[in-house]
Amino acid sequence: MRYSGFKVLVQGLTGNRGWAPVWRTPDPRPAYDIVIIGGGGHGLSTAFYLAKTHGLRNIAVLEKGYLGGGNIGRNTTIVRADYSLPGNSEFYSHSLKLWEGLERELNFNVMHSQRGVIRLFHSDGQRDHYVFAGNAIANRGDGAELLDQDGLRRLVPYLDYDNARFPILGGLLHRRGGTARHDAVAWGYARGADGLGVDLVQNCEVTGIDIRNGAVTGVQTGRGPIRARKVAIVVAGRSSQVAAMAGLRLPIESHVLQAFVTEGLKPVVNHVISFGMGHFYISQSDKGGLVFGGDLDFYASYAQRGNLARQEQVMEAAMTLMPMIGKARVLRSWGGIMDMTPDGSPIIDKTPVDGLFLNAGWCYGGFKAVPASGEAFAHLIATGRPHPVARRFRLDRFRSGHLIDEEGAGSQHNLH
Amino acid sequence: MRIKCPLCGERDLREFTYRGAALPRPAPDAPDEAWDAYLHLRDNPAGPTRDLWHHRAGCSAWLVVRRDTATHEIFGVELATRSRAVRA
Ligand SMILES: Cc1cc2nc3c(=O)[nH]c(=O)nc-3n(C[C@H](O)[C@H](O)[C@H](O)COP(=O)(O)OP(=O)(O)OC[C@H]3O[C@@H](n4cnc5c(N)ncnc54)[C@H](O)[C@@H]3O)c2cc1C
Ligand SMILES: [Zn+2]
Repeated sequence: MRYSGFKVLVQGLTGNRGWAPVWRTPDPRPAYDIVIIGGGGHGLSTAFYLAKTHGLRNIAVLEKGYLGGGNIGRNTTIVRADYSLPGNSEFYSHSLKLWEGLERELNFNVMHSQRGVIRLFHSDGQRDHYVFAGNAIANRGDGAELLDQDGLRRLVPYLDYDNARFPILGGLLHRRGGTARHDAVAWGYARGADGLGVDLVQNCEVTGIDIRNGAVTGVQTGRGPIRARKVAIVVAGRSSQVAAMAGLRLPIESHVLQAFVTEGLKPVVNHVISFGMGHFYISQSDKGGLVFGGDLDFYASYAQRGNLARQEQVMEAAMTLMPMIGKARVLRSWGGIMDMTPDGSPIIDKTPVDGLFLNAGWCYGGFKAVPASGEAFAHLIATGRPHPVARRFRLDRFRSGHLIDEEGAGSQHNLH
Repeated sequence: MRIKCPLCGERDLREFTYRGAALPRPAPDAPDEAWDAYLHLRDNPAGPTRDLWHHRAGCSAWLVVRRDTATHEIFGVELATRSRAVRA
């Protein structure tokens, strides 16, 4: 069914009785050309572009839980293209262009809102860094404006500008950045892929990867073996476990990242704002909740909940930046498992096993990447060659020294 | 999570800094595969693991902590200087 304003109107007037399920729930078939492990944002977008761009049809996405139950439905939904380093810069720039056409492409409202992302600076050194970063973003054509304190005050008057410890001197405004509805992105890609004949198989955990003579032949699952000529691993926080099924040891350590949401409030925070002292970022959802987050919990963890020490630190950062937030009540907090690489940048590559492909290491920035990651991974799987915007996301770059360390934090998984 | 430092006793998590998996350091002239594995590659288990922590706001000792990454249960803590986990 194609969605349109007219359909919404007709359905609204007739009791919404005419909506059909958005995708099928097929049982897995014994064999496919391509099996994608993981039904998160990246797995679903990969399936969609394999079918749409490359015309492939005999594809399954195997998801151990339900579609969109992983990080794709747990993130703080920030979408931006404000990276500086070659590798990241062209990739996220391309991804933002795909975002801008995504709702038309999918015929689905993902609530993409280009409300502007503002990164604050608090010292002269940080201002210099943002001049550099802003130039890199502007040179790509993605738009960056340096605001002094007066300019910033006009946009966001409610910050604590004269904080004794962290005075706010200005900010870097990236107008094309913003947010999107995370679940809708998963659902939109799922619906698109299903419509093109991809089998989306839920409650189907992959428990083994079959390899013969150095080439992949299929997977073992909780719902029986499935043969496949190509297998793609796209499981975010679980990348190490699934790759280990093929005898691979990855440059990844899994960490928890928490997020928080307050009760619904009237519109007050109209941008995405990120604090420059310590890691803290905030936006307001369309339901009115203030959505915010901070740093990782910092130690390797698979617990999908966070620790109190980090919660305290995030609340302190919030109060330092905008004291008015103290009146809002926090409704919920949760955590997701991040696949952290030693340089903070992702991997989209072949593996040493023939026919086995890897898409991993999104750290905590993989939501904005969903469209370009799917497109680039589909290109690699279909043609055997890396997509031009993702060719630096190599699995062997750590050994060869071609790191893409955006923050210059050093080769340690939890520092990015 | 609370960590029992062998020198200071049980202390709050906030006193410690996490470094990463406790692995033996390769010899300076070891081949680059060995250094790549040491610096980058991880078993990253969802279960029992051993990692290095620094008692930054305490005695400043480096510790090897045996714990579970899924439950956050801690099985044991020893001084890194006494640990076999980080010895080649
Ligand atoms: C709190 C938080 C805030 C974040 N904020 C942002 C942000 O503001 N902006 C941004 O760009 N990014 C953000 N991210 C990062 C982003 O959400 C992730 O990088 C991205 O969603 C990961 O890719 P994915 O969607 O494919 O992962 P997931 O949705 O986790 O998909 C992986 C899927 O694989 C499945 N799976 C695992 N093992 C198996 C198996 N053996 N068999 C079958 N299926 C399996 C899982 O069940 C899961 O559904 C945030 C993440 C978190 C947790
Ligand atoms: Zn101590």
